[in-house]
Amino acid sequence: MPDDFLIRAAIAGMGLALATGPLGAFVVWRRMAFFGDATAHAAILGVALALAADLPLQSGMLAVALAMGLIAAALTGRGQAADTVLGVLAHSALAFGLIAVSFLPAVRTDLSAYLFGDILAVTTADLAWVWGGVALVLGLLLWRWQALLTATVDEALARASGIDPRREGLVLTLALAVVVAVAVKIVGALLIAAMLIIPAAAARGLARSPEAMALFATAFGALSVLGGLWLSLRLDTPAGPSIVAAAAVIFALSLFPRRAA
Amino acid sequence: MKLVEARGLTIRHGDRTILSAVNLSITKGEIVTIVGPNGSGKSTLIKALIGLEKPSQGQVNRAPGLSIGYVPQRLHLDARLPMSVRRFLSLPDRVTDAAAQVALARVGVPGLGARQMAVLSGGQFQRVLLARALLSSPEILILDEPTQGLDQPGVAAFYRLVEEVRAETGVAVLMVSHDLHVVMSATDRVICLNGHVCCEGAPHIVSEAPEYRALFGLGTGGALALYRHVHDHDHDHDHDHDHGHHHHHPAAPRDAADPSRQTHERHDA
Repeated sequence: MPDDFLIRAAIAGMGLALATGPLGAFVVWRRMAFFGDATAHAAILGVALALAADLPLQSGMLAVALAMGLIAAALTGRGQAADTVLGVLAHSALAFGLIAVSFLPAVRTDLSAYLFGDILAVTTADLAWVWGGVALVLGLLLWRWQALLTATVDEALARASGIDPRREGLVLTLALAVVVAVAVKIVGALLIAAMLIIPAAAARGLARSPEAMALFATAFGALSVLGGLWLSLRLDTPAGPSIVAAAAVIFALSLFPRRAA
Repeated sequence: MKLVEARGLTIRHGDRTILSAVNLSITKGEIVTIVGPNGSGKSTLIKALIGLEKPSQGQVNRAPGLSIGYVPQRLHLDARLPMSVRRFLSLPDRVTDAAAQVALARVGVPGLGARQMAVLSGGQFQRVLLARALLSSPEILILDEPTQGLDQPGVAAFYRLVEEVRAETGVAVLMVSHDLHVVMSATDRVICLNGHVCCEGAPHIVSEAPEYRALFGLGTGGALALYRHVHDHDHDHDHDHDHGHHHHHPAAPRDAADPSRQTHERHDA
């Protein structure tokens, strides 16, 4: 019988995979990788602000991640050099976050937990937070699925059918902010975008429909969590990077059947 | 009844004026073709009419609850988004398999449902786009250069298909013409656009308007003129070898030399 902390870690990781599967598919389809980075890196700033204001960490991360998502959406909505704007935002957010954190000795000692996650230290309260956030994200995505997909295929096509592509973009921004707030504990702010992109990229070769790709991405995400936890236990490696490394291995394996075909 | 109407529509991007004071309306069952050179604001006008682009001045009115069937100029499906034809037809509203089959058969590509969108030919792709647009039972079809990338028989076949659909369902059609000189033979009204509406009217009237000549006729010695493709309605368009005697090529010298022959009426079936 595995230890309680391990079971909690697995349950938290499975929850995250449920949300990052479908959301990651949208991140890949809409080329939002940098967007995910900007949102996730802002979480460090959120941690600093929450501690300074004596608020719950998650609310700080959620608020700052959401604000960053909205800023990024507003700036890239003007259609100019999205990758540059987002690159500026992503790295600036991280830099300002790290500076802000350096003023708080309590976090300074614990910084790597926020950068790389600390899934083995997940508490029961964390689990409730993770699964609550995951339920919210899945609910949002399922509710808006058809509209999101139409807006992703073509904005004009969506508009002609009475769907506001900007509103659907905001739905994704909100979902991303929630995922960031729950995922910092699990894989850390630096690697959240990897959790979104790598399983979805691995799923592409196998899927013949958008829904299948989202499901495969979820399955690969869950496998990555289990594989990463196992690696972390066996080799005493940091859990967050181990999970992402497992995802990378799955991605590499996913390339083979396509070569053969 | 006006389905879509633009009044004094002006659109500026920064300090560039794309459209100025465009007035336009499409009524039920009408076929309207917009022609204009590159950069004349055709696509911007379409975007404004479907609500994707906000007017800087003036307004766009759509009939309440108007159902629009939109066929875009081109659709860049991301290579990482797997999408079968069948799945695409269910965007944004899910349709039954039976309805999807009927729609695909109607546009002349039956049994294509399981195919991935990415592997379709240009002509198949445009037909699938049209099938999707028809599935929403539209009151108006808006087609933004729907025949771009099709060869001439392909263009003629596509126009014929749109005409047939109009005849069957009474749907209004607003089309941006891919070719400045060939418009659908059933076009009721041609609107000649160059940042503003230069001239407007029945095809043969527009083709002789000085504004139209000024825009499209210069430098060609009048060899280019608005030309309506001619065909009969014998519905055998599946056979490519028949196309030769159903439509003529524009700008043939003898046609161009004689203004009275520049507009060819179709033979009614």
